[in-house]
Amino acid sequence: MADNVTLTIDGQKVTVPAGITVLEAARQMGIDIPTFCHDPELSRPGACRICVVEIKGWRNLPPSCVTTVTEGMEVETESEAVVEARRTILDLLLANHPQDCMTCQKFGDCRLADYAYRYGLKKTTFVGEQTNVPVDESSAVITRDVNKCILCGKCVRVCAEIVGRNVVDFVSRGFTTKVSPALELGLGEKEAGCVSCGSCVAVCPVGALTEKNMQGIARPWEVKKVKTTCPYCGCGCNFDLNVKDGKVVGVTSNPTSVVNGRHLCVKGRFGYDFIHSSDRLTRPLIKKGGKDGDFVEVSWDEAIRHVASRLKEIKEKNGSEAIGVLSSARCTNEENYLMNKLARVALGTNNIDHCARL
Amino acid sequence: MTNSIGEIKECDFLFVIGSNTTETHPIISLEMRKAVSRGAKLVVVDPRKTELAKLADVHVPLKPGANIPLLNTMCNVIIAEGLYDKEFVANRTEGFEELKSAVENFTPENYAGVIGVPAETIREIARAYAKADNAAIFYTMGITQHTSGTHNVLAVANLAMLTGQIGKPSSGVNPLRGQNNVQGACDMAALPNVFPGYQGVTVPENVQKFTEFWGIPQSAKVGLTVGEMMDAAHHGDLKAMYILGENPMLSDPDINHVQQALENLEFLVVQDIFLTETAMLADVVLPGASFAEKDGTFSNTERRVQRVRKAIEPLAGKADWEVISEVLTAMGYPHKYASASEIFDEVAKVTPQYAGMSYARLEEKGLQWPCPNADHPGTKYLHEGKFSRGLGKFTGVDFEPPAELPDEEYPFVLNTGRRLYHYHTGTMTRRAKGLNAIYSEEFIEINPADAAKLSICDGELVKVSSRRGSITVKAQVTDMVQQGMVFTSFHFSEAPVNFLTNSARDSIAKIPELKVAAVKVEKVS
Repeated sequence: MADNVTLTIDGQKVTVPAGITVLEAARQMGIDIPTFCHDPELSRPGACRICVVEIKGWRNLPPSCVTTVTEGMEVETESEAVVEARRTILDLLLANHPQDCMTCQKFGDCRLADYAYRYGLKKTTFVGEQTNVPVDESSAVITRDVNKCILCGKCVRVCAEIVGRNVVDFVSRGFTTKVSPALELGLGEKEAGCVSCGSCVAVCPVGALTEKNMQGIARPWEVKKVKTTCPYCGCGCNFDLNVKDGKVVGVTSNPTSVVNGRHLCVKGRFGYDFIHSSDRLTRPLIKKGGKDGDFVEVSWDEAIRHVASRLKEIKEKNGSEAIGVLSSARCTNEENYLMNKLARVALGTNNIDHCARL
Repeated sequence: MTNSIGEIKECDFLFVIGSNTTETHPIISLEMRKAVSRGAKLVVVDPRKTELAKLADVHVPLKPGANIPLLNTMCNVIIAEGLYDKEFVANRTEGFEELKSAVENFTPENYAGVIGVPAETIREIARAYAKADNAAIFYTMGITQHTSGTHNVLAVANLAMLTGQIGKPSSGVNPLRGQNNVQGACDMAALPNVFPGYQGVTVPENVQKFTEFWGIPQSAKVGLTVGEMMDAAHHGDLKAMYILGENPMLSDPDINHVQQALENLEFLVVQDIFLTETAMLADVVLPGASFAEKDGTFSNTERRVQRVRKAIEPLAGKADWEVISEVLTAMGYPHKYASASEIFDEVAKVTPQYAGMSYARLEEKGLQWPCPNADHPGTKYLHEGKFSRGLGKFTGVDFEPPAELPDEEYPFVLNTGRRLYHYHTGTMTRRAKGLNAIYSEEFIEINPADAAKLSICDGELVKVSSRRGSITVKAQVTDMVQQGMVFTSFHFSEAPVNFLTNSARDSIAKIPELKVAAVKVEKVS
């Protein structure tokens, strides 16, 4: 097989590596073919058909995500037939999808809405019965609204292929098909076996799986996203802190994260209420009246002067070796470096350690 | 880690010893799963039947503290059967004869009983490890938190060097660091024996270098580790402590001892985001800033230095680096930094592994140290072609049982560790609604056979006591733990297991034996 093949997409000739798909070739050229079920990290069921294209000489409209490029292929990604097919697919999806976009957590970041907008589908032409089951709120961190599911199966595949837990799969047939944990348990029920990592939330293209902590708190366009590094274990995952009005309202995956991609664990994705906890210390405290005394709030100035003068006093009276410093594996390199200077420069001792051994 | 996280999926053989990876390093466990689905062999050595152990081709339900017997018998088999990498041993190492004689008596038959698996299983694992194209070892506190902790790690290194399973992609020795920046705190010399970048304080040139750099005479005397500080405070030799973002009143072994030590201090400063159990004992409490409130860097377990970015203003008005700079200044050592980036530039000047780094270079994907100059792309895996000290040194190590073994009065081994849903002393995760809803109370795991003997049912309250204290906690009856062992975490202040643990320490690294203490379990009627 040749290493490269040359084909034409939307009238442009392009040479790409053999073996890649039409979708990949088009994306390399900057052509945006819509997808629902396709995910570069997951297996390819070619199921949703929204990515169909027209290929000269082909009898049908093949899904570009599972069609391999061949020499001389002539592809149209937005031909009349293609657009008509996509409109029909969207029409069918909207036929069984709630129209409560105004209050949907995914509003502004929903692929179904994006494509309906792109192809001008204002409402479905297939009026009839719609799935109407209670929203699954059994999980403490994930809201699962089966009514909004478009059955793309990405949550099924990410849980099976990446997370390795197989918590959800397709159940039932036909119109009643849905994605569910075994025995139609709630996601939060212990027997479902979900570890609340939220990778399914990260891949869901619609509002079927959303972060519970952000419900009614912030719209996607209202938040400032700040990429940072997780404060928990040593994996060093990155993600976006979502900030609204000076408050951290949640965490979303940042696919450019080198260690973890879009995947996080339950702590990394959902463990942030502590930031704005009412227990947070906001003023320095000095214990007045001896060891059994009470803490009294003081100014930063007073606290820092007091700390410095007591440490100096003890250093002068008892020597440098009478003072110890414990730095922190939770703090930054810069802060640890300064703690090392506090011990070695200001106090004059190598008595510095941290919790590496714990 | 000598390897990178991204290399794990290409491993052909994963030897995981003393690491409950799916709970403590979930994202790394995803990479391990990728390797397994590619066909890699997975061996998990753990006294508990962890989730990863269930995924393994072979689970070695090690008896507590039997790490060296297992590692040494593997070396014994590999030498006896001529499976070692003769070229690697000849060209890259020294001390082979020492290792050979040290492991001579460690035949699988001699130690199968101590280890807890049949001799043939040990042989099979040893052969598979030695023969694998790319074998990697992963370990965490399961082997280090022992009085033999340093020797356990040396035994791991022996095994890797003997087979040449190090210094290659997807093949090496990989300690998984438990906290977000424990690697960085070590790199930055929050340690009593080194200057930044692991430059020993006892080496005169290093003392000279840092004396010049910082303009203050440096001491060549190795300082005290955390456990030694507690002892010194207890004796009255240590008069003051400054504790940043740590909670030894829950995390350190033998809490009664820690409390007495801290109460004995003349002056205690604690800088933290919450009024922790430790902060309660302080004379001055300085409010800290969470990771969301400041700029900086964390260094992860694969030595990758990555940016931490300020998303919101510090709730107390100052980032921790500002507070420490102000304390330094108030003590008469002026330190003014306009930004965290300026501090990092100073770090890069004195830390050879970080020399080529700057915030600009860290922006996208961070950099893995060593990164010696501004053009260096960082280092994916360590020890290619040469070890840091030149030749890799084999060190023969012998089996030393844990300091405190079960007896008639305290018949159980207490093992401690972490849970998926919580972190360290729980100051952050216990305040996260979702996490606390999912895992709201702690249990102690006990084997069904032991529970039956003591008439303990699942969920019943039990009193667990050691020579140092006792706690009351609910029992979880599960075969996840072997008979004769109980296990719980140190996350919950309601079940502060470190009242029970033993502060006996490894004589070299001074790490406490948090994995083995003798306890008794009684039903609370």
